[in-house]
Amino acid sequence: MAVAPTPAERFIQGILPENPVYRQLLGLCPTLAVTNGLQAALTMAGAVAFVLFCANIVTSTIRHLLKPHLRIVIFTLIIATFVTITDRFLAAYMYGMSKLLGPYIPLIIVNCIIICRCEVCASRQSVFAAGADALGQATGFALALVSIAAVRELLGSGMLFSVQVLPESWPNWVIMILPPGAFMTLGLLVGAVNWFEQRRSEQAESERG
Amino acid sequence: MKAEQTQYTPVIHVSPAPHLSSRDLTTRKMMRDVLLGLSPVVFMALYVFHWYAVKQLMICLLGCLAAEALFMKMRAKSATLNDYSAAVTGIILALSLPGAAPWYIGVIASVVAIGMGKVVFGGIGMNIFNPAMVGRAFVMIAFAGAMGAPGYEQIHATVDVITRATPMDAFKQTGAVASLDSLFWGLTNGSLGETSALACILGGLYLCVRRTASWQIPAGTVVTAAALAGIANLVHPESNWTALHHLLGGSLLFGAFFIATDPVTSPLTPKGKFIFGIGVGFFVMVLRLFSGYPEGVMFAVLLMNGVTPLINHWTIPRPLGAIP
Repeated sequence: MAVAPTPAERFIQGILPENPVYRQLLGLCPTLAVTNGLQAALTMAGAVAFVLFCANIVTSTIRHLLKPHLRIVIFTLIIATFVTITDRFLAAYMYGMSKLLGPYIPLIIVNCIIICRCEVCASRQSVFAAGADALGQATGFALALVSIAAVRELLGSGMLFSVQVLPESWPNWVIMILPPGAFMTLGLLVGAVNWFEQRRSEQAESERG
Repeated sequence: MKAEQTQYTPVIHVSPAPHLSSRDLTTRKMMRDVLLGLSPVVFMALYVFHWYAVKQLMICLLGCLAAEALFMKMRAKSATLNDYSAAVTGIILALSLPGAAPWYIGVIASVVAIGMGKVVFGGIGMNIFNPAMVGRAFVMIAFAGAMGAPGYEQIHATVDVITRATPMDAFKQTGAVASLDSLFWGLTNGSLGETSALACILGGLYLCVRRTASWQIPAGTVVTAAALAGIANLVHPESNWTALHHLLGGSLLFGAFFIATDPVTSPLTPKGKFIFGIGVGFFVMVLRLFSGYPEGVMFAVLLMNGVTPLINHWTIPRPLGAIP
């Protein structure tokens, strides 16, 4: 029986070794849909982080009350509550961004990262562990979204955060803004992260033995 | 259990035994044949477009060779430059680009063609889609302005033909019809390699005679395109763009002989090759007649590349006596 990871380890694991997008390939729908600009990507990452953290905390708090056959319904209700709060908050204070993200904010309800964390972690662990896990996963998700969006926005429009960074003569790679660019960028970055992780595990292996 | 592991059943039966392997038919020799077959097309491109063709050919050739060397090094495999496959990709890619396209288009298309079109699938022989067309499709969507119909025209070009609209686009926009003569000899604007029907036929026939290219693919493409163009003519008898214009104009012949015949991305069986050719011809005509694009060879070939495994599956020959 393996030793359960400490909350700090859960946090670290979520960032890269168990990155929800690059390593678990979860939550790809928002990853592909809202990463054509850094602002939209960061807003989405923030929204997911809020919902994930709150849902994990609440689920963990009531974990002893959960009935096995009703647990997914309860998860969904908890998540939906926080998604509705996020959605209304964005509509009230960031109206333009709310319009831009459109259906993708309500769709966080069915984001598999959050259900996955409720199921595998929050419904079995203490509040502290669940919170650390949520923060790690949320950081990993944000990292993935920002890295994809940075590549796409830079190549596709020569801008970062809607500020022109490349010279005006830069020919915009329109394909990077379009859906095919999302798939290509994601594929190449997943490959890069796999390569990086493989090299790291090989290094750890050789150090150990 | 052990017997099961050692027993090996091939997935695709290409043809009944004996399977002869020939030392005369290596990748390298085939690719050299393709280069020879391309030479009339390259010659016409140089004749019609002068240094525009030189520039584009050099960029794509060097781009593809450099990309191949780089990516194979990244995969820690020995570079496969000396089988000429990267050179063939580069030349076909250059010949499919407009002469007036800026330099970065050739560079990006080359890197995408070799990188995303070939190496990510495992290198030569493993790719699903024609690498040159993957590269071209990428830049076509990325730089719609420079690769679309207006990208072919440059008002202050030093070469006369580049100042004119391509025959396909002129017809689509204004209904102007190019003369069959100019389409046959190739003294029109267009992608570097597509203008001269004569050069494509000469080079293509050489490849078919040498059996480097399978004749079923161009035959299927041309016959289907001719038939559909004939039907289109019957439906619209007032149109001056006849079936012959459809055959000689645009990149139908270049695509049929040089692009669709890539042995890696086309079916293995003769019947499958014929189906493949028919599909290419069909999609070319559908795209020409009903889409916003004046030409559709690239997308037609890519679409049919996608269904090649399916065609292979359909046309597996049954060995004598085998139970279906």
